[in-house]
Amino acid sequence: MAKHKIELKGISVSFPGVKAMEDCDFTIESGEVRAVVGENGAGKSTMMKVMAGVNPHYEGEIFIDGEKKHISSPIAAKKFGIETVYQEVDTALFPSLTIAENIMFNKLIYSMDGKALINWSSIYKTAKKVIDDLNLKIKPRALVSTLSIAEKQMVLIARAIQEECRFLILDEPTAPLSTTEVEELFTIVRKLSDEKQVGVIFVSHRLSELFEICKTITVMRNGKIVVEKKDITPELTINEIVTNMLGTSFEEIFPRKNTIVGNPLFEVHELCDLNGKVREVCIALKEGEIVGICGLVGAGKTELSKLLFGADKCRNGKIFIRGEEIAVKDTTISTKNRIALIPEERRKEGIFVTQDVVSNLAIACVNKLINFFMFFNQNKAIKNANKYINDLRIKTPSPFQKVRYLSGGNQQKVAIGKWLAADADIYIMDEPTKGIDVGAKREIFDLIYGLADQKKGIFYISSEIKEILAVTERVYVMYNGRIQKELITSETNENEIMYYATGGN
Amino acid sequence: MKLLENLKNKEWFKFNFGIFLSNWGSVIALVVVSIFFILKMPNMFLSSGNITTILRSISVTTVVAIGLTVTLAVGGFDLSAGAMASWTGVLVISFFTWHEMNMLQAMPLAILVAMLTSFVSMMLIIVFKIPDLLATLAMMFMIDGAALTYSGGGALSQGWPKPDGTPSEGIISDAFREMGQAPTIIIIMLVVVLIAHIFLTYTKYGRFIYATGENKEAARLSGIPVKRYRLIAGVISTFFIALAGLLVASRNMSAQIKGAAGYSMPAISAVFIGRSIAGQEKPNAIGTFIGAALVGILENGLIMMAVPYYSMEAVKGLVLAIALASAYYTSKD
Repeated sequence: MAKHKIELKGISVSFPGVKAMEDCDFTIESGEVRAVVGENGAGKSTMMKVMAGVNPHYEGEIFIDGEKKHISSPIAAKKFGIETVYQEVDTALFPSLTIAENIMFNKLIYSMDGKALINWSSIYKTAKKVIDDLNLKIKPRALVSTLSIAEKQMVLIARAIQEECRFLILDEPTAPLSTTEVEELFTIVRKLSDEKQVGVIFVSHRLSELFEICKTITVMRNGKIVVEKKDITPELTINEIVTNMLGTSFEEIFPRKNTIVGNPLFEVHELCDLNGKVREVCIALKEGEIVGICGLVGAGKTELSKLLFGADKCRNGKIFIRGEEIAVKDTTISTKNRIALIPEERRKEGIFVTQDVVSNLAIACVNKLINFFMFFNQNKAIKNANKYINDLRIKTPSPFQKVRYLSGGNQQKVAIGKWLAADADIYIMDEPTKGIDVGAKREIFDLIYGLADQKKGIFYISSEIKEILAVTERVYVMYNGRIQKELITSETNENEIMYYATGGN
Repeated sequence: MKLLENLKNKEWFKFNFGIFLSNWGSVIALVVVSIFFILKMPNMFLSSGNITTILRSISVTTVVAIGLTVTLAVGGFDLSAGAMASWTGVLVISFFTWHEMNMLQAMPLAILVAMLTSFVSMMLIIVFKIPDLLATLAMMFMIDGAALTYSGGGALSQGWPKPDGTPSEGIISDAFREMGQAPTIIIIMLVVVLIAHIFLTYTKYGRFIYATGENKEAARLSGIPVKRYRLIAGVISTFFIALAGLLVASRNMSAQIKGAAGYSMPAISAVFIGRSIAGQEKPNAIGTFIGAALVGILENGLIMMAVPYYSMEAVKGLVLAIALASAYYTSKD
């Protein structure tokens, strides 16, 4: 099989006032699996977009198989055999069409050769062949809406390789997947690179996985390629990569500290939800304590967080605050009892993107900002906003900036800030660092430590075991809707947590 | 990262013509259209009589549109506004003529029945989770049918016999007629706009309504009782629409079959024309008023220029299309 090669030479991409990519050299060949890492804004996606033809306004030269080419559009990229699977799988799929139709979509659009009628049996046959090639356990005639995120990703990969695919770009493919699903994805990626000689570019935040699958790693920082390591081994530790990404080491990023734990604050007995996603959960939280709830994707962490906040209905169970039983039936009651939820889906559930920072920081504490006649006091709201913009160091040009223009980290600070303004005591944080770069993570952690110092209680819910180990004092490990094990953080390690999270006992 | 932050800061201050147009397009159009008519017909258009005519002609549309502003602000939609206004008209005229009530009995009672009717809509939407558009489509037919059945299938006016054939004795008072005349009707419209503006912008309830309208899930997870506020918004909206129904009845001194149906769509247009004014990006009372005024002035001026009334619909549609284009053209895909 012929070897193919893409060479990027001196590629720069400028957006008005900013260089998103500066003088980058990057080469990938057939059969190679390459990791590209870097913080948010380091230029990873810009480089992927150049290769995918989404961003044709670049300076510099691209050589494909030694010949100088211009990748002018996504269709041009496809012609060069460059296929991309983006992180948001749902945006590329048609849920009400069958798996086969989704896989064969490009063929249905571009390669009808002037024919008006569709040969369905050939479509299903080809799709079946691709599915079998990848050893997928899905039926070509099933609807895409019935699939899990992992399976949807597979459908997109199937669609990509159904074309003549020489290079496959996977943008943050593992972020929404569980460990077993990640393994399956890796099996397929290995198969593609070994058997079909596809060059795979793997963009990821999850550093520990990269060793398993990638032979070469490219680290980007501030639009430049900082380092490119060939034949990576476990000797090139995560610590070293993070140092390259940031210029600081891992220990500094997650400073550990001891807090003094006070009286019991929040207690839950035998909490069950209606769908069996959360079963007989008993957990407790003390003043000034940061308690982790750790588990893999699908363990029921998000369901539990909604249940604790009263956003979903529970079948049975009791909730006590400072020893007193309360009926958390809806979100209004829980906010009155000073419980706060920082949800996982920040933009969808945590903030109001088209409203300004002032309104966002006011929404949970409107009752403090109104007068006797229910009139809203805008001046008080601005004061309130300025206080939290300063306290949390929210980077915004003005308190009247709409939050959709803020960065992910700053949006998360707004999502937390609204509860600080509401004077909440119990914070349920579901994946608070999801999609946030390492620098902003540190600030979020500092914020959480600050809360604990003020005798607030925090549930830190995450599937990132390293973060749980760094941040919390105690950790509940969840598996299949149940609390599998309670551990003291300082006496445990990553392996032990993973053991319980995967169902060991 | 630093560079990116700076860029964002700059963009905040940078003049963007597209955004400027989407924010102020409706106001500019209003000014341009007015100047055009003033230059074209200097004596006629600016006369105090004509200005009164314009304000009077937009008042019913504006009041209906204010009701819809509240519905749209909470993230809802209402196709049944015209039917609801007609229904209120039928009720109030029947209360006057058949039941011989005075104004202080008939008007509050008619509005109350309308608000109770809106509970059915809200139940379909909130309890049975039918999308607003479809629920109110069904309601539109139901309300129209109910109104016609109640009135015996025809229009109602003073002296019209009761359904059982007995003559009716009640009269429609002059005070009720006065309500639909200038300047009273104009004052009512302005007061309604002012109240809605204060309610939506300066009260706690307005905050919660807008938060719910933007993102129901985020609102719920912020501790806002979302269902309650959707219900409140629906009922308040119906209050304004029912008031508009009274105004229509007062202008006609009778209740015509589907007499207010024609106000529904212009009112929805007015809300959308005014939606993006001053970068609000949400339905707002002042914007709605400007939207209604734009349509009213255009209609008035074109009639004075002897454009036939039956071509007016096309002009209204065009204005709505241009307003929507300027508002959505700059939005992200």
